[in-house]
Amino acid sequence: MTSVVSSSPLPATRARGHSRRRRRASTGWRGLAYIAPAMLLVLVFFVLPVLLTVWMSLHNWPLMGAQKWIGLKNYTRLLSDARFLQALNFTAFYTLVVTIAIFAVAFPLALFVEKQRRFVGFYRTVIFLPVVVGLATASLLWAWLANVDSGFFSPLLRLLGLVDRSPNLLARFDTAFLTIIVMVVWKIAGFTMILLLTGLQAIPAELDEAARIDGARRFQRFRHLTLPLMRRTIALALIVSITGSILAFDQFYIMTSGGPQNRMISVVYYIFNQSFVSFNLGYGAALSIVLLAILVVISIAQLKLLKIGEERP
Amino acid sequence: MTITDTFAQHPVLSADRPAQMAAAKALRAARARKGAIAYHTAGAAIVLFFAAPFVIAGLSSFRNGTEAQTAPLPPWPTAGFSVDSYRTLDSFGAGIWQHTVNSALVSLATVLLTVLVSLLAGYGFSRYRFPFKNALFVLIIATLMIPFQSILTPLFIILAKLGLNNSLFGLTLVYVTLQLPFSVFMMRNAFDAVPKEIEEAARIDGARDLRLLARVLLPLVLPGVATVAIFAFLNAWNEFLAALVLLSSNEHYTLPVLMMAVRAGRLGAINWGAVQAGVVVMTIPCLFVFLLLQRYYMRGLMAGAVK
Repeated sequence: MTSVVSSSPLPATRARGHSRRRRRASTGWRGLAYIAPAMLLVLVFFVLPVLLTVWMSLHNWPLMGAQKWIGLKNYTRLLSDARFLQALNFTAFYTLVVTIAIFAVAFPLALFVEKQRRFVGFYRTVIFLPVVVGLATASLLWAWLANVDSGFFSPLLRLLGLVDRSPNLLARFDTAFLTIIVMVVWKIAGFTMILLLTGLQAIPAELDEAARIDGARRFQRFRHLTLPLMRRTIALALIVSITGSILAFDQFYIMTSGGPQNRMISVVYYIFNQSFVSFNLGYGAALSIVLLAILVVISIAQLKLLKIGEERP
Repeated sequence: MTITDTFAQHPVLSADRPAQMAAAKALRAARARKGAIAYHTAGAAIVLFFAAPFVIAGLSSFRNGTEAQTAPLPPWPTAGFSVDSYRTLDSFGAGIWQHTVNSALVSLATVLLTVLVSLLAGYGFSRYRFPFKNALFVLIIATLMIPFQSILTPLFIILAKLGLNNSLFGLTLVYVTLQLPFSVFMMRNAFDAVPKEIEEAARIDGARDLRLLARVLLPLVLPGVATVAIFAFLNAWNEFLAALVLLSSNEHYTLPVLMMAVRAGRLGAINWGAVQAGVVVMTIPCLFVFLLLQRYYMRGLMAGAVK
């Protein structure tokens, strides 16, 4: 550096230019060093497994014995796999119903606990409590509550004289599905509520007041002021709800073991069965890739539709 | 016990108005009282729905062995307080204490590693420019879209190659990785929210890089750290499928894996008392951690959601 400076006709300028460039370069390495541990973990325990999944999906890969390259045969097989298509169908249905149910409960709850008033903190806390326990724990708890003899709901219905015989809630598709929807709403609504609440509270109170002074009714304010301003929050809550629902597994596995007549096999459940019960690891991998593609497409579509992609630099 | 102070209070908007008549004031007070009664009635119903399952399970778990198999109507023990259900639970696996320790070890290690790794990464992404920065950030966030259930088999193979199969540490590394998208996102937002001026002032005072991070910035992003820590704890404590697949020997099982054995029952009979006791054991730490740290939890959660 010194020699460059001394031999240069414009030492000061040249030196400054050099040091600036060098600082930028070293800054680059330092930044990379900070994110290195995170990147290492993501590469080893996420990117590599995903690539391995792609690789496995092109093979006949039994648990024991040799793997055999079979190209795209796993993929052609899944196209005509009626049980997989049924799992896709069921998962789509579940996702639609549960997302609507969660929003139908969480949005009113968010409005309910929005304003600062007495006990509102207590209400928020209690509504949020189920969020912090595990889905497996919640499923266990509700599997017991919905049990026909030792549970809570069926005996209560009989005690109240609403039914003659304790209904076995988890034995029929409709009631089992309803029970699971109620369980998931109980478990998740608090989280969605808090997300929506942050959006509600980010709206300046002055705006709402101004609209009120201009004569906008409550619903008009909600429709034309609150909703547009909450677009990003709603997008976030929707993505969380939809992707989470598509990946549903625990509740069906623990509460109904796939449901009456195997009608509650979600996509992840079907993949689990193929991979860890039947040990068709290659076929399971191909199914996983399809699931992955569906989720990526949905996330991108949602981001585009709600036009929130451009807001983040 | 409340999260009132966590939320920014709306300023009460009282525009200057001419003095109101006393009658109007009284009418408004009556309407407000009626509104409050309706509000808190609804509130009570909501509280009942969200709290009842916990209360019923908690009370029922202290009924004696025979009573535990009957419907919880009423849920409290009528034949005397008993810990039969917990004794039965203890007879599964390697004992409830061993499995609780396993769960606690994995959860705490996950918290420590997640905080450390995401703190560094969040700082790096927020304050430094480097090649492929946005692509790498998107890569980390994009892992959120991929269900870990779909990569469990490769994970098992990779852990075996690293000599970490059937180990609580291997499971911890997987949990930390699963926490990273959320945590790095949170920490980047937390650092983004710190005004650059504070950092520049500290730099002028001679604090750089890691020292700047630890001494000056860490206290400012602590709410974010608390959020990351709580989420890491809860997710690690509650996760069961990866634990089920990745842990093969009985004595390493975490609580949720143990509970699958309880749920499956013995000789075709499920001991519902043990299920209730297990639900209580798995629930208490979650509620405890949340209620203790919810101020940070909510603040961080909201900051993350608004960004």
